[in-house]
Amino acid sequence: MPGKAKTSASSATAKVPGRRGAATGAVAQPAARLAVRKTYKLYIGGAFPRSESGRTYPVTAADGRLLAHAAQASRKDLRDAVTAARKAFGGWSGATAYNRGQVLYRIAEMLEGRREQFIAEVGDSEGSSSAEASAQVDATIDRWVWCAGWTDKYAQIAGGTNPVAGPYFNFSIPEPSGVVGIVAPQDSSLLGFTSVVAPAIATGNTCVVIASSSRPLPAVSLAEALATSDLPGGVINLLTGSVSELSPWLASHRDVNCLDLTGVARAERGDLAVAAADSVKRVYAPDALDLAADPGTGRLAAFVETKTVWHPLGV
Amino acid sequence: MSNTATTTGSGAADLADVSRDDSSLRRFLHGLPGVDQVGAEARAASLATRSIKTTAKVWAIDTAISMVDLTTLEGNDTQGKVRALCMKAARPDPSDASAPSVAAVCVYPDLVGTAVAALAGTGVQVASVATAFPSGRASLATKLVDVAEAVNAGATEIDMVIDRGAFLSGRYLQVFDEIVAVKRACGTAHLKVILETGELVTLDSVRRASWLALLAGGDFIKTSTGKISPAATPPVALVMLQAVRDFAARTGSVRGVKLAGGIRTTKEAVRYLVMVNEVAGDRWLSADKFRFGASTLLNDLLQQRHKLATGAYDGPDYVSID
Amino acid sequence: MTTFPYAPAPESRDIARLKPSYGIFVNGEFRDGRGQSVKTINPATEEPLAEVSEAAAADVDDAVAAARAAQEGSWSRVTPAERAKYLFRIARAVAERGRELAVLETLDNGKPIRESRDVDIPTAAAHFFYYAGWADKLGYAGFGPSPRPIGVAGQVIPWNFPLLMAAWKIAPALATGNTVVLKPAETTPLTALTLAEIIAECDLPPGVVNILPGGPEVGQAIVDHPGVDKIAFTGSTAVGKQIQKSVALSGKRLSLELGGKAANIVFDDAPIDQAVEGIVNGIFFNQGHVCCAGSRLLVQESIHDEVVAALQQRLQTLRLGDPLDKNTDIGAINSAAQLARVRALADAGDAEGAVRWSPECALPERGFWFPPTIFTGVSQANRIAREEIFGPVLSVLTFRTPQEAVDKANNTPYGLSAGIWTEKGSRILWMANKLRAGVVWANTFNRFDPTSPFGGYQESGFGREGGRHGLEAYLAR
Repeated sequence: MPGKAKTSASSATAKVPGRRGAATGAVAQPAARLAVRKTYKLYIGGAFPRSESGRTYPVTAADGRLLAHAAQASRKDLRDAVTAARKAFGGWSGATAYNRGQVLYRIAEMLEGRREQFIAEVGDSEGSSSAEASAQVDATIDRWVWCAGWTDKYAQIAGGTNPVAGPYFNFSIPEPSGVVGIVAPQDSSLLGFTSVVAPAIATGNTCVVIASSSRPLPAVSLAEALATSDLPGGVINLLTGSVSELSPWLASHRDVNCLDLTGVARAERGDLAVAAADSVKRVYAPDALDLAADPGTGRLAAFVETKTVWHPLGV
Repeated sequence: MSNTATTTGSGAADLADVSRDDSSLRRFLHGLPGVDQVGAEARAASLATRSIKTTAKVWAIDTAISMVDLTTLEGNDTQGKVRALCMKAARPDPSDASAPSVAAVCVYPDLVGTAVAALAGTGVQVASVATAFPSGRASLATKLVDVAEAVNAGATEIDMVIDRGAFLSGRYLQVFDEIVAVKRACGTAHLKVILETGELVTLDSVRRASWLALLAGGDFIKTSTGKISPAATPPVALVMLQAVRDFAARTGSVRGVKLAGGIRTTKEAVRYLVMVNEVAGDRWLSADKFRFGASTLLNDLLQQRHKLATGAYDGPDYVSID
Repeated sequence: MTTFPYAPAPESRDIARLKPSYGIFVNGEFRDGRGQSVKTINPATEEPLAEVSEAAAADVDDAVAAARAAQEGSWSRVTPAERAKYLFRIARAVAERGRELAVLETLDNGKPIRESRDVDIPTAAAHFFYYAGWADKLGYAGFGPSPRPIGVAGQVIPWNFPLLMAAWKIAPALATGNTVVLKPAETTPLTALTLAEIIAECDLPPGVVNILPGGPEVGQAIVDHPGVDKIAFTGSTAVGKQIQKSVALSGKRLSLELGGKAANIVFDDAPIDQAVEGIVNGIFFNQGHVCCAGSRLLVQESIHDEVVAALQQRLQTLRLGDPLDKNTDIGAINSAAQLARVRALADAGDAEGAVRWSPECALPERGFWFPPTIFTGVSQANRIAREEIFGPVLSVLTFRTPQEAVDKANNTPYGLSAGIWTEKGSRILWMANKLRAGVVWANTFNRFDPTSPFGGYQESGFGREGGRHGLEAYLAR
């Protein structure tokens, strides 16, 4: 709480040599350095705007401490995010798979450098122990690496040639569906977020993600790492705020091609799935997200289209 | 045969310049739309599914008979064989005067005189292969002498072969000039230009050779010598019919197509007539504009004709062998 | 007067072995449905062909129960290798009765016998033959080491390729161990019911395949039925959206193959004669009753006049008339309702200022007929450039650059198919890469093969039918 040095920025203080333990408040010392707190904003089209609505909402730690006031995105922010995602789609889907792999790997590099920050943030958000939080962060970084490796392999396992009965060469390839609207898991603030976002963009989609309503901060910090990696603006667009307020707009937006309802409680998925049907969205709503299990290729497969090309064989 | 193709290299004004030099000719021929082999084959196969029955078949058989260039081009041809062939050409079915005579008899130059004598007054034309048929491997002077001898002996149609070696190596103007020279040597005789499509291999080459021959003044373009396999095939016929169709649309000059080699059955002949009808159009459905170069085809047409007339299937003993 | 008039060459109608009445096929037995009794008619003549007693909701219950019992019982006890053999049997039997099915299809649907005989029926048989071989090789298909069936598949199919669509639906479903409740289209139930007969003759366990003729309410009952685990639908985008909504709350698996408004793009260096054939085949095959029809011709401006002239010349050789005549190219429109829709959209083309052209061709007095039609001077904003007409109507637009062609082609909520005509290889691949469509035909059009996945982007649906990919829609996740 105000007055205590231990805030969401604690990891930043922890990194400063000689300041370790400063927060314990030794009386004879000079007053502890006042931490510079972070404003948690949205991430749209590579920029960090506040909500156009001007709204924020308090985000508390598992133990009830106030961590920050996060931006509370509006439907207009969502609209802008979809526009940014669509704009980025041509470039990202048209990039070489090798290039996408390098960018995803670069994200992992950026996270590794901020490992301590994320451990602290995840710990704060989820109320987990340092060991648990660092396991989450390590798994997160490794998942980005895992997905980086998929970019130039998925087409090889999901595509192929088809031996048609005629003088034609015929091949099928997976292509990204377009803009994926994602409601990130509500509990796992960083690993869960990464596990739904990374596969979607690995195949060349761009996305609009609604972060965990109650635990949005690690995702916003991740966005800051994304902004310093080589990920083009607009490939991942992050909204924080109320899932129940935003998700209907995401589900009904006609320029969104796919909808991932992982972070929506089962009872609330139906209406969103109905809204999604108006533009024949691909809706992905898995029963559960087991973050410890092998992720498999289900999420890669969920947001691709198979394109089949025919050409005659002649002289 | 028609008299539309009387001037060498005739055509619309925009085609006058294409034979100016080798590079112009090359540019023109290579500027023609490509032919997708698979698509052309599919179209030809689709036309072959037409079902020609009853009255349509009666018409098609008689029309096909009237389009036959009854041919013998063997080293052991004799005057007696040619005379017999001419008898059959004039009256293919001795038992039925309603059977039409064929379009022409086609022989080597040394037998032209025999055929001319045998066919006097029948209306059946005498065609002769010339220009060092079938290989075409002789000097131009020799080829022209070959043509002159046939024409002087009374041939009214000359079937020349192009120099495939020159064509395939891209010496288009040489081929063009040779056709022009032969055409001149023909005088009033009509010129059929044999492309030998079996040696041209690709349909793109068939299209270019067709246009080359038409530009040079050939009255007919003809598929094959009959000495090379494959000879006439449905996709080749398709592309050549498209060429005369497009040439007519562009120049107003209606030239003919002759398919030769390998066409032995009525079924094949009728399929080609369907192709002529639907690809080129009914202007080409006469012996003036379309021919079958064949020997055994005539007997099958006659047998099928018997079948349609009597209702009973015919046997080979009821038609004469050549 | 043409020089070479083709005499009528009708295929014998008797081959169809038309029965006076047809019912439903449930649990291995044919019986009358409890729904209404309707007459199915020959759209070429409007003559009734047979009486069909349609299914009612109670019949859907019976069929789903039978399918469930078979799925958990008899069918689950059939080994994969034996399952394959059942499907091979069906493939052979369909081919064996190919001519009968072709004539029946042509009578019921109005399509030319040339197409039902050469395309619909052989491709249907090939589909069963292809998926048969998958039944005991599913572990190698790339969907996990021990793939499981989903359960009971409810399948609703359209009237444009009645038997072929039944094969597309049933073959992969059975190969993967599911059981099926299939509803053929209301105007074309006969070949599906003959297929039921074939399936019965092939000794499939009762309940594995159930066929329920009926209208939209029967389809809705299948979609809504709690005993159905998976819905596969082919039909209009409007109905597809409705179905997606219906199953949204249920957790049922869904695959949709919906409408299209494909661009057939012709560059100035195209093989023109083959392109003309591709355009004709693209829009006039099956009277344009094809979801992937090349209904928008995008032709490079410099060759617009040449291509349109060649197209007009070609259209004059198309033969419209008796679908049973072996020389007929254009058959009847499937129903009065569809004819009304085609007419209304063509009229909208007139009203919006496009120029309509049809070859001279006499339409038969009875039956539902529409001449092959080309609209030139069409703009991207016209209804005939945006809405699926599902009839023999081609809209011609122009473009100048490859990028413009791509932009115009992709400017639609649909994304089922596209065509490219050019002799330049790198351009073909560049275009194929940019076009947002599930099937791209380059220098060909409207080719289908059991090994080749088919299905759309965006509002053309999701899921693939055909090929290895086609298995996924019938395997549990």
